[in-house]
Amino acid sequence: MAILLFADHDNATLSDPTLRALTAAAKMGGEIDILVAGKGADAVAAAAAILPGVRAVIQAESDALEHRLAEPAAALIQSLMGGYDTLVAPATTTGKNVLPRVAALLDVMQISEITEVVGPATFKRPIYAGNAIETVEATDAKRVVTVRTASFDAAQPGAGNALVNSVEAADAGDLSRFVENILSASDRPELGSAKIIVSGGRALGSDEKFQSTLSPVADKLGAAVGASRAAVDSGYAPNDLQVGQTGKVVAPELYIACGISGAIQHLAGMKDSKVIVAINTDEEAPIFQVADYGLVGDLFEVLPQLEAQL
Amino acid sequence: MKVLVPVKRVVDHNVKIRVKADGSGVDLANVKMSMNPFDEIAVEEAVRLKESGAASEIVAVSVGPAQAQDVLRTALAMGADRAILITAEGTVEPLAVAKLLAAVVREENPGLVVLGKQAIDDDCNQTGQMLSALLGWSQGTFASKVEIAGERAKITREVDGGLQAIDISLPAVVTADLRLNEPRYASLPNIMKAKKKPLDQKTPADFGVDIAPRLKVLGVEEPAGRAAGVKVGSVSELLDKLRNEAAVI
Ligand SMILES: Cc1cc2nc3c(=O)[nH]c(=O)nc-3n(C[C@H](O)[C@H](O)[C@H](O)COP(=O)(O)OP(=O)(O)OC[C@H]3O[C@@H](n4cnc5c(N)ncnc54)[C@H](O)[C@@H]3O)c2cc1C
Ligand SMILES: Cc1cc2nc3c(=O)[nH]c(=O)nc-3n(C[C@H](O)[C@H](O)[C@H](O)COP(=O)(O)OP(=O)(O)OC[C@H]3O[C@@H](n4cnc5c(N)ncnc54)[C@H](O)[C@@H]3O)c2cc1C
Repeated sequence: MAILLFADHDNATLSDPTLRALTAAAKMGGEIDILVAGKGADAVAAAAAILPGVRAVIQAESDALEHRLAEPAAALIQSLMGGYDTLVAPATTTGKNVLPRVAALLDVMQISEITEVVGPATFKRPIYAGNAIETVEATDAKRVVTVRTASFDAAQPGAGNALVNSVEAADAGDLSRFVENILSASDRPELGSAKIIVSGGRALGSDEKFQSTLSPVADKLGAAVGASRAAVDSGYAPNDLQVGQTGKVVAPELYIACGISGAIQHLAGMKDSKVIVAINTDEEAPIFQVADYGLVGDLFEVLPQLEAQL
Repeated sequence: MKVLVPVKRVVDHNVKIRVKADGSGVDLANVKMSMNPFDEIAVEEAVRLKESGAASEIVAVSVGPAQAQDVLRTALAMGADRAILITAEGTVEPLAVAKLLAAVVREENPGLVVLGKQAIDDDCNQTGQMLSALLGWSQGTFASKVEIAGERAKITREVDGGLQAIDISLPAVVTADLRLNEPRYASLPNIMKAKKKPLDQKTPADFGVDIAPRLKVLGVEEPAGRAAGVKVGSVSELLDKLRNEAAVI
């Protein structure tokens, strides 16, 4: 029994979701190798080598793998899977893009976004926007699993001393080419690993007000900023801030929902937060049903006061 | 260019589902069903491609029970030209759906397949990627913009850090994200017209595809609930609770 973990990274640093997926992989039992596919990603391979419980790091370098596009990445993983019976990746947009492609190439049904490892082939995963939790057992010879990272702690680097082996990347032709990344620049913590998240909804009213009202509080708390779908659709916040069933799933120590009604699709992305605060003018808003502390009030008055008292 | 749009019949997104008392699944009796919201976006994109002249014909396909005809009629009312229903009862996993869709693609030869990025019931987010793999095609997932240019397409994708643009060869599989477009409502005359558009019925056996599930569902349970919280009267009271009771700041 051996597990291949498909690392998520940007060719410079190994991502926090990878460390969390490693924790999930370790619970499945078996030897774990980490695949670092990229270009100029030596630092990532070195970071993977010192993770605890890792047998080997497999490094594949090529132009086609620089951005881990689905077609070359899946072809590479398929070529390696002879030596493994389980493939694991964090459910980042890269993991979600690549793993089902590998699963189909292997004729295996994928298990998406597990939140608990029950046994080597048995997992829990949320369905219906987290309103039900399904326990599933895979019956295929190999398993392909994505991990909901909010449900697992990050493995602590330092304890490991794995060898880094190079492999040749398979040629996947010219099906897709990278054009550009238009990434949101932010000095704030990542949503997925932030301890505190200040999140804004439709009530913020504009791009400027979203910034000017939430940023001062987030800055004081060292928090990440999140948003509801309504705020993203209205153009108040970029798409990568969306929290929810079809955005990011987060579980910080503290989630402050400001002017968010609490639709089931939003709750699906944040209801496992340790402490939830809701600020809303409508005392009947569903968000109060999941909030530990609710404050009925106008966020444009409450947030400046909060900032002043922090 | 022909465009194929797979649409799934799912529990309406406004319904709060209940887990059956015996833990065998989710109670779907008498629950309102609708087209998966992401598939409405996929149909809309196909219709816009046709309106712009990039697409010539739109074929909607669904795998599901006989009632899945309703979502196909909705797709036809939005602007699809014809529909194919592959009837199957019970669980059809994404891998089996992808195999059925691949068989349809081989018969229909579309230049583009547009799916939703995920179905809001099982939240698998797999079918499009699997279909692309089975066909050996390129894939543009989580698309927020699709620009067709001759033999290739530029796809802008919603990714964790923002947006990513890729250039893919056609034929291709594209999966729709929330901000690709705002789907239209079908007008009454179009709903009437849709009733006369062709809808073929097939079975998995017609395509020789084995749809037996690969995953065994051992049980379904309610998620852990949250204990009821309290309302606070002021910002200072809130901060006091966060500092001293919850100790999170
Ligand atoms: C397929 C699908 C997927 C979806 N995925 C997601 C997802 O991933 N994430 C997500 O968030 N949503 C998602 N949604 C949308 C979801 O259903 C809701 O529409 C959305 O979450 C609403 O956002 P909101 O709470 O900001 O806006 P609203 O529901 O309009 O709520 C605004 C709230 O602000 C309050 N308010 C107004 N003024 C003030 C003020 N001055 N001070 C304080 N409070 C004020 C109001 O009382 C109200 O409660 C999805 C929907 C579908 C159909
Ligand atoms: C009545 C009924 C009850 C079910 N009960 C269960 C259950 O209890 N547990 C369980 O695990 N599964 C159940 N299923 C099966 C479940 O529907 C499949 O797992 C599903 O078809 C694939 O998962 P997904 O839709 O989340 O795929 P995704 O990969 O998330 O879907 C992405 C896209 O693929 C396309 N697509 C997906 N399915 C279809 C389809 N059938 N026809 C056309 N296009 C499609 C759509 O464009 C969709 O937006 C049930 C199905 C039915 C009909």
